[in-house]
Amino acid sequence: MIETIDSSLIDWSRAQFALTAIYHWLFVPITLGLGIVQAVMETIYYKTGDVFWKKTAQFWMKLFGINFAIGVATGLILEFEFGTNWSNYSWFVGDIFGAPLAIEGIVAFFMEATFIAVMFFGWNKVSKGFHLTSTWLTIVGATISAFWILVANAWMQYPAGMQFNPDTVRNEMASFWSVALSPVALNKFLHTVFSGWIIGSAFVVGIASWYLLKKREQRFALASVKVGAIFGALACILSIVTGDGSAHQVAQKQPMKLAAMEGLYEGSNGAGLVGVGVLNPAKKAYDDGKEAFLCKIEIPLMLSFFAERDLDAYVPGITNIIEGGYTQKDGSTALSAAEKMARGKLAIQALADYREAAKAKNDSLTQQARAALDANFNYFGYGYVNNPSDLIPPVSLTFYAFRLMVIFGGLLLLLFLVAAYLSYRNRFEGKRWLQWSCLISIFAAIAAGQAGWVVAEVGRQPWAIQDILPVSAAISNLSTASVQVTFFIFLALFTILLIAELKIMLNAIKKGPEINPSTLQQLNN
Amino acid sequence: MDTYILLQHYWWFLVALLGALLVFLLFVQGGQSLLFTIGKTEMQQKMLLNSTGRKWEFTFTTLVTFGGAFFASFPLFYSTSFGGAYWVWVLILLCFVLQAVSYEYQAKKGNLLGKKTYRVFLWLNGVLGPVLIGTAVGTFFNGANFIVNKEQLTVAFNPVISTWATPWHGLEAALVVWNVCLGLAVFFLSRVLSLLYFVNNIDDTEIQHKSRRQLRWDAALFLVFFLVFVGHLLVQEGFAVNPETKEVFQEPFKYLTNFLEMPVVLAVLLVGVVGVLFGIGKTVFSATWKKGIWFAGAGTVFTVLALLLCAGWNNTAYYPSLTDLQSSLTLENSSSSFFTLKTMSYVSIFIPFVLAYIVYAWRALDLRKINRKEMEELED
Repeated sequence: MIETIDSSLIDWSRAQFALTAIYHWLFVPITLGLGIVQAVMETIYYKTGDVFWKKTAQFWMKLFGINFAIGVATGLILEFEFGTNWSNYSWFVGDIFGAPLAIEGIVAFFMEATFIAVMFFGWNKVSKGFHLTSTWLTIVGATISAFWILVANAWMQYPAGMQFNPDTVRNEMASFWSVALSPVALNKFLHTVFSGWIIGSAFVVGIASWYLLKKREQRFALASVKVGAIFGALACILSIVTGDGSAHQVAQKQPMKLAAMEGLYEGSNGAGLVGVGVLNPAKKAYDDGKEAFLCKIEIPLMLSFFAERDLDAYVPGITNIIEGGYTQKDGSTALSAAEKMARGKLAIQALADYREAAKAKNDSLTQQARAALDANFNYFGYGYVNNPSDLIPPVSLTFYAFRLMVIFGGLLLLLFLVAAYLSYRNRFEGKRWLQWSCLISIFAAIAAGQAGWVVAEVGRQPWAIQDILPVSAAISNLSTASVQVTFFIFLALFTILLIAELKIMLNAIKKGPEINPSTLQQLNN
Repeated sequence: MDTYILLQHYWWFLVALLGALLVFLLFVQGGQSLLFTIGKTEMQQKMLLNSTGRKWEFTFTTLVTFGGAFFASFPLFYSTSFGGAYWVWVLILLCFVLQAVSYEYQAKKGNLLGKKTYRVFLWLNGVLGPVLIGTAVGTFFNGANFIVNKEQLTVAFNPVISTWATPWHGLEAALVVWNVCLGLAVFFLSRVLSLLYFVNNIDDTEIQHKSRRQLRWDAALFLVFFLVFVGHLLVQEGFAVNPETKEVFQEPFKYLTNFLEMPVVLAVLLVGVVGVLFGIGKTVFSATWKKGIWFAGAGTVFTVLALLLCAGWNNTAYYPSLTDLQSSLTLENSSSSFFTLKTMSYVSIFIPFVLAYIVYAWRALDLRKINRKEMEELED
């Protein structure tokens, strides 16, 4: 007898993947941002020959190294969890999803692994030029790695360039470039990498500010603030542009996610964007008639504009998407969730019929079943969904996470601009309130980055692959107890390693770059 | 040969090559397992850790790329083995996580757990990592307990197509003596390679002397387990596939037949074994020769490559199911589509360039050997 998949197994598998991803994203963005900052500093050393810049770059490299090790360790777990915890997913879309992961390994990881060794251990073993090239190639490798894994992630949000093969019972790649260069992938890559640059910049500016608050390492700190603040401000501006692009893509491909981000239950033309608001905790279901908000401040028409580039465009809400019946952009009438679920079940049944007819070598029945499958395949994943309300992601988490990301992102831009301006006017040193703000901004930047991923991943639930495969059909057939045990092992291990990392980093920061002016003078001479 | 079948064989070759490179790079793990055997003083341990510690990223990256390439080219293996033999893979991953952080953190101030703990972590990874990987690879020849049923996807309340047939989720592989035999062979091989690497890479008379002496014991144990495994492999029943009906069946002397029917693969195996023996032998019998790692390393790559090719080529089921023989994975029934394999093959053109820059950077760093003076100058 075949057992039903236990819903707690789905939740624990989700929790384990989320846990690993959260920890991974604590470390990776610092690597992406700090990598560029230290490469810029080493480039200045290469150009000027001033040993001060070498020492400055070396200090940031030390922190980079402490952070890097735990970043790759959590990344390894993430990659293999696609197999260990999401085995059905691995077969169903492995033909498409595996390719970016393999390319990431071949093209990016080896570049990163090879040149990071030269970057750390090659100072006295290779030429200055080779060392600088290695430093840049390390961060280029890390960025290429980010590109391919984000291509894979974007494909889950917007599956493109594939077709379903009923003979192999999986989706197969039909166009590599549609997968690699989909607009969702490009936006996601740029937005994510820029957010990493912001976090890396906040890290540099924040720690440099700490030295200024302690009245230590002042030349080093001011130089780091200048580089970090300019880089951070640039990253914030680029992040806003690509964030707008991402939100526009969400509106086109994942309207339910957009509705959750906005707490929008009833859609309208000329919809307003919620600036700030408090959701009504009493609202438990989309159709319970309760108000969505206790209070909110809306910017009129802006949601329509951001979603459709048209102030009067129609933006559907959660209720509309579940109940259907509204006119879509292409003029068609939106199906209700119940209709999509019925068509999904038809698709699954058609697949079963196809397999049976093919086994019996009955060509006409095979063709008939294939036609039914093709006609309904766009709703295939809905066939595994039991209840329309299962199609609604956690609204409050998505809504608040989105606001947290945007508000912190805006504040960081402001902070970087002020810090950059004052540091170039040589007035940063005396502004203790600003130095404190910069120090605190490290946490704000990390929180904004985490919030961004919460929006992206929680907001697309219940889908592992949008419309094609819900998480309930993507998992491995394990006992819940096994996943619970590994969840707590990973939780304990990652937490201990995080505490160790923080302690080591704080020790290294307290020790400082130890740039002695008289030693510098001697070295420069 | 049909182009699709050719691509499946080409990708099995690449996966096998990555697996072979991974086994060579396990010398990093081998070195960790010898940390307390060869390194009796703090300075000696520091030199040993720096010697392999500057190479751990390569082992790590090769494992990740091996996983990625397997996922891209044979997703049904990824889905079935990783999701099924859950505990084995989780343990291997935990070993590698400990390795990644321990190298970096062990000597750092404020590392929470203390230097000794991280070094014990490294030792644990050095012992468990190779044994677990070897034991897991043993199932390629001796089978595992799973069922694959693609019709299951049409069962809405439980659509998972791969099911593991034991509650031990992979740990039962340790009960098969031939799997453990391969695990121990890989473990002692990793130690042999690390000893040869220490001889080559560390400019310290005492470490060199100790390494050469230790090499005799580890080489002897490696040879015992390797020869027993290979001897059994050549006489055991293997898992063959009928190319016409696709039926999987057990065939006496299948792996011996594979070598005889693929003389090039047999030649690669023999060249590999000779390379390993030459690298070990000359190092043992010469007091000054230091190039054993390159002969034994290349020999390891050839040997493992030949064994993995033997597991998958020549109409062989590379991941046999002991629960349902027809669920066994073959190159044909588990591979990606023709389009994906073809596209990925273009990407594989980069591999020689990747290998070239790895060799270049490796040589640049290893030109100056690790010595006491460098360690004394080295900051924590």
